[in-house]
Parts: sequence; structure tokens; C-alpha cells
Amino acid sequence: MQGFWQRFLGNPRVTLSLLWLGFIVAVAAAAPLLAPTSPFAIVSKPFSPPFGEFLLGTDSLGRSLLAGLIHGARTSLLIAIIATLAAVAFGTLIGSVAGFYGGIIDDVLMRLSEFFQTIPSFIFAIVLVAILAPSAYSLVIAIATVSWPPIARVVRGEVISIKSREFVQAAIVVGQRDMAILVGQVLPNALSPLIVTGSLLVANAILIESALSFLGLGAPDLMSWGFQIGAGRAFLRDAWWLVTVPGVAILLTVLAINLVGEGLNDALNPRLRDL
Amino acid sequence: MSDAVLTIENLSVALPSWADRPLAVDSVSLEVLRKEILCVVGESGSGKSVMAKSILRLLPAPHVRVAGGRIMYEGKDLLTLPPDDIRAVRGGRIAMIFQEPMVSLNPLMTIGRQTDEIIAVHTRMRTPERRKRIIEVFRDVRLPEPERILRSYPHELSGGQRQRVMIAMALALEPSLIIADEPTTALDVTTQAQILRLLKELQDRHGTAILFITHDFGVVAEIADRVAVMHRGKLVEQERVGDVLLRPRHQYTRALIAAVPSLTPRRVAHGSPSQSAGPLLLSVSGVAKTYPARGGQFSLSRRRVSAVAGVSLEIAKGRSLALVGESGSGKSTLARCIVGLERADHGAILLEGSDIAGLSRAELRPYRKALQMIFQDPFASLNPRWCVADIIAQGPIVNGTPRKTALGEAAELLRLVGLDPKAAARYPHEFSGGQRQRICIARALAVKPKLIIADEPVSALDVSVQKQVLDLLDELRTSFDLSMLFITHDLRVAAHVCEEVAVMKDGLIVERGATTDIFAMPRHEYTKALLAAVPGREWQQNVS
Repeated sequence: MQGFWQRFLGNPRVTLSLLWLGFIVAVAAAAPLLAPTSPFAIVSKPFSPPFGEFLLGTDSLGRSLLAGLIHGARTSLLIAIIATLAAVAFGTLIGSVAGFYGGIIDDVLMRLSEFFQTIPSFIFAIVLVAILAPSAYSLVIAIATVSWPPIARVVRGEVISIKSREFVQAAIVVGQRDMAILVGQVLPNALSPLIVTGSLLVANAILIESALSFLGLGAPDLMSWGFQIGAGRAFLRDAWWLVTVPGVAILLTVLAINLVGEGLNDALNPRLRDL
Repeated sequence: MSDAVLTIENLSVALPSWADRPLAVDSVSLEVLRKEILCVVGESGSGKSVMAKSILRLLPAPHVRVAGGRIMYEGKDLLTLPPDDIRAVRGGRIAMIFQEPMVSLNPLMTIGRQTDEIIAVHTRMRTPERRKRIIEVFRDVRLPEPERILRSYPHELSGGQRQRVMIAMALALEPSLIIADEPTTALDVTTQAQILRLLKELQDRHGTAILFITHDFGVVAEIADRVAVMHRGKLVEQERVGDVLLRPRHQYTRALIAAVPSLTPRRVAHGSPSQSAGPLLLSVSGVAKTYPARGGQFSLSRRRVSAVAGVSLEIAKGRSLALVGESGSGKSTLARCIVGLERADHGAILLEGSDIAGLSRAELRPYRKALQMIFQDPFASLNPRWCVADIIAQGPIVNGTPRKTALGEAAELLRLVGLDPKAAARYPHEFSGGQRQRICIARALAVKPKLIIADEPVSALDVSVQKQVLDLLDELRTSFDLSMLFITHDLRVAAHVCEEVAVMKDGLIVERGATTDIFAMPRHEYTKALLAAVPGREWQQNVS
């Protein structure tokens, strides 16, 4: 395990990304302290430029951009992480059952996941949010619903290859129950690809959440980065910072998560790089 | 000196910093003479393969690299040759044959094209000439119907045929030296015997020098002219074959030779009356198992391949039976049926009188305690994420023993299988192959079974470790009052541990009886062939 941390943290891209993500998470956690007033509160005249009374200026209604950004970090991260956890949990369940039992169960579950994969995922997410009415819950449900099939496929593949290994057969011979074998023997060995796919899914979830909020389908009572871009879009030529600052925040966060995911992959499968 | 084809002088190969020793090969000097077969013998990890690979500069750079020395071939140092020249030597002047022919051949190219490529790269021959040459070498290595082989893909050939193709490829350009890295280790005994005979014969005919790498002294006795023994990167002995085999000087060589399981069959234990042993523990009758044949990807055929075609056998309490056969004979499938990893299509499997054939996994659970299995690959059969104590205690815990008691018993079992009880807290990757197999044995014993099915438990281990594990199994058998079904392809191993032998071929048992009888007077043709194919048979008979 020591080798893992060395490889993981020794990668400069990972260190930088982790610093950025740590910063974002700290900001999100401390949001009520850093910006005690509601991000929707009108605090000044509209379109005041950055580095004036407010560090990043104000938007078309006179709301502080910085306060919005701080609370937006909270919304984006929370929704993305919860949605990813839900997707990973569901995808792992479906994938491991399909892979472990095989046969008809596998066929049915995989056709089901293909059904979800054939629908363009963003349009599907829009439809789901529209049906469920925009709220934080429906965002989580929509994002999770469109993200679980890749997880299920990854887990299924791993489970199929691991279950034919002899230590699983030995567990069967010793008389362990199927569920105990699946949870105790098979899944722990499928963890590394799962962690990598899951971490990349968080980035994807942030993108979907931002895009939905941009379209006005986000949670109406929560400030988010996508919502800020959507609201500032009409004033791009007059007040470019309204769009640029949250856009850069999304870009850097998604990039950082991707780099961490890639770093995890390299650190968990060292042989891929060595040979 | 002028007679040497290849001279290796003070060769050292460095390993990366994280390896267990700094040098894989430590100032080795040896020479391969014209028209001789030099066998390099050693355990895995002795550096013999690394040494062979460094000759053709095939080391996985940059981690493993040559640290010093010279490799002289035709007056030039291969280690300093420019890349273009070394390419001309590879395949052209020095050819190499690898252990696993399936991996060494490109699965998407026909055999003909792959062989043709080698000749085309190294010579200026035109297509019809090349074709003639290919057919010639295929005849040379005794491949049946060379025209058909040319058009086949690697998966359509048997293991032995694939290795013949590899040898044909090596011979195609009439090299002056062939390096063969364990070329018969992955093959069945009878195929191995044929390939060894072929190599010897080709070498006589063409006068090619062969550097033959092996871990098996039986093979050495079959083909070597001279022997070089390697131990932890150092050359410990280099002599004519007769001297090494009959009067080994270095103690390591002596240990290696002593570890070769002897062909002397085991007597029925303790002079107990031969057939009227205790009550039957396991009785298998008429078990059959077929698999759907894998046709082409789109084929609609429902052809089925029969793996086990109606096998009956019995094991009495306290007895051990060796099931001997080559790969594909159905012996592993039979074992998997008995232990419930597969369901037999027909037949009855009676364990202490109750039929366990066709039971589901859940229904089988009450019988698990009586029946345990030891698997072939000690590297795949231990969960890498569990510590040793948990692995061993798993069975008892599943069967209701309190965790604490089970862990205590696990420590005791570790001692019994010859490992330090402190090993309990460590993880499988910290152990060598032999030690892992000991852990597997401890796991199988943990539920106090009556019958252990051992599926090739030593075939993945070095010869020197094999013997220790076999002796351990033998010892535990008496102390735990176990019966054993021992599956192996190696008659020497069967002779070492079992009083009874059943020979299996094409899903059927062709001959069975007491080991002493079968070895003294094999009746079935196939048994005779198997016995005749045991490498080093004559040498062992001379010694004993």
C-alpha cells in the first residue's frame, strides 16, 4: 500500500489536482461561514465590475458573484457526489449479480443496462428532471439514472474474470454462501477499476448538473455554477466575468477530478506504465 | 576453444532496485560447443532464462540490463553489436524456441504466413522457393500433412504440433545455434518425449548446437551432452552429462537430483491386505459430463464435446488414488464434478453412501466438510486481499466455528504444514509458490475433511519444492487419516504418493490397479506409452 501512495502522490498532476480539489471542498464545506448572506440576496447595484466593492463583482440583479460561486461549489459537489455514489451502488449491484450468476440473469440485466445506454444520456436526464420537477433530489436521480450502466459493465467484467479464479472456487468448496463470496472474495478484488470509473463519473456528474442548471432545470432554491453561467449568458459582451469565472471553476474542477482518476488508475495498475 | 559456437564470458545482468537480489546473472562464463546440446538447469529464479534472453538482447530494458561481460558469437560481441546486425543474428543465425507455443504464435496469421515471414525477412528467396523450403522443414519436424498445416491457424493445431511449428521456424534458416527456453514444460509427457526425440534427431542430422534450458533433470538425462547448473545467478557446475548425473559434485546439484521424484512405485501402506481395505468413502459410478462445443462464433451447431464419458472409481477410507492422464483427458472435469463445482450429466457420486451428484450449491453445503480440494495454481487460489489466518479459518467459520477458535486452529495448522505460525498475519503475495501451496493445504485441512481432491497440486512448482510438498501431503495423510484423490499428469508424482493408479484417456479410465502392478506390468497401450515417455527413465533405473 505504501507503494501505492508513493506512486499516487508522486505524480505532480495528481498533487496539483488534489490541492485544487481540497481547496474547493474546503470552500464548499465552509460556505455558510465564508458567505453568510444568501447567495440570492441583492447586495449592491447590478454589474459592478470585479475587484471593486465585491471581489468578483455582481451580476445582473446585483447578487455577489463570489458568494454565488462559494455556495455553487457546495451544490455542484454535493449533487455530483451523491449522484455518483447512488450510481456506483446501483451499478455495482446490477453488475455483480449479472456477472456472478451469468446465464439468463446476466442477459436480462445487461439488456436492461443497454436500454439505458442507447438513450442519449443528457436528453434522458432532461426528460427525467422535467417529469420529476426540478429539485436537488430529481437532479440526483436523473444523474444517477444516466450514469450507472458503465459502472455495471465494468463491475460485471471484473466479476466474471475474478469468479473463475481458484480462490473463489476454493471458497465455494469450503461452503461459503454466494452472497458472502460475492461481497467478501470477489468485489474487494474488483475495487481498483471501480474506484477509477467512479472518480471519473464525479466529473461527468458535475458537467451534467451544470448543464441542467444552465438550462434552468437545476434546483431552483440552490445557487450553482451552471445556473450562474445560464444567468450571465445574455450579458456576455458587457459583463464577461459573470460567465467566465464559474466556467473556469467548472473547467478546473472537472479537469482536476479527471487527472486524479487517471493518477489513481496509474497508481493502482502500476504495470501498465512500467512495461 | 575453436570448437565453441557461443562463448559467454563473465556475463552479469543487473536487476532493478526492488528485486530480491542485485544481479540476476552473476559473472557466468560458459560455452556452447559445435554439435552439442548444452542443458542449463536451475530452479525458477536462478537466472537461467535471463541469461538466455541476454544472448539475443531480449531483456526487458531499462529495468533489467547487462552489467558486464561479453557474449562472443562468430568472432563478434553480441552485446555491442549495432541494432541492425543483431536483428540479422536473431532468427537467422541464432533461433529461439519459447516455452508456450500458443503465446509465441500470432493467432490471427496462418502458420504458413508466419513461417514465410521469417524466411522472407532474412533471405532473398522468392515465393515458390520459400514455400518449398517451408514444406521441407515441416517434413523435417515430422508435421503431418504440411500443406494443411500451412493453411491452419495456431488454435487449430495441438500443443505438440504448435511446438513443432516453432521448431520448424527455428530451423528454417539453418541457424548454427538454437536457444530453447523450457520448450517442453507446457506439453504433455508423451508429447514432451516426442519433441525431445525430435530435437535430438534434428541436432544429429544438422549439427546445430542447442542451448536447452530446463528445470527437470529427467529431461536433462534424455537429451543433454553437457550440463550447466545455475543457482541464484551463479554457475555452480559445468560438466559432461554422465558426470553430473552419476557423480554430482556441488551440493546444490545433488539436492536438485535428489528432488526428482523416482519412478519406484509406492508399496501398499503397512502391508495391510491389499484390496480389502476399509469401507468405501467415495464411490463414483458412470459419471459423464459434456460441454457444448465451441464452433465458430456464428455457427449454429449444437455439437457437444464429451469431457468425461462414464467413469467409475472407488476410494476406500484411508487410501489414495492417483488419477493420471494428459491434458484434455477429462481428469480435472471429473474432479470438479465430484467436488460440486460442475454438475455431472449422468451418474452417481456416493460420498459415504449418500448421493451428492446433481445437488445444488446450497444442498451440497452439509457435505463440504467431508470433501475438500487443493488447486493447481498456488498463485491464483489465495485471495490476495485476505491475510493468511482469515484464508485458513474461512472454512471453519463458515461451518459455524467461533472466529477466535478458528483463528487459533489456523495458527496450529500453519505449524503443521511447516510454516511459522507468525505467518498468519501476512498476505499471500509475501510467500513463495511452495509456501502458498502449503497455505492451500492448511485451508483444505481446516474443516477436517475425510477426502481431499488434489488437482495437480505440484505441477506449478519447481522440482525441488515439489518433493517437499508431496512429502508433506503424504505425512498429513497418515496423521489426519485422510483419503486422497490425486490428479496428475506426471507418473513419477503418482508413484510417489499413491498406492493405486487409474489411468484416464479421452474421458474414460483405461486401466487401474495397484501402482506396483501397473508400473511392473502395464496392460493398456496408453499406459505403456505414458510410462515410456517419462523423461530420464533409463537414468533413474540405472541409479536405482
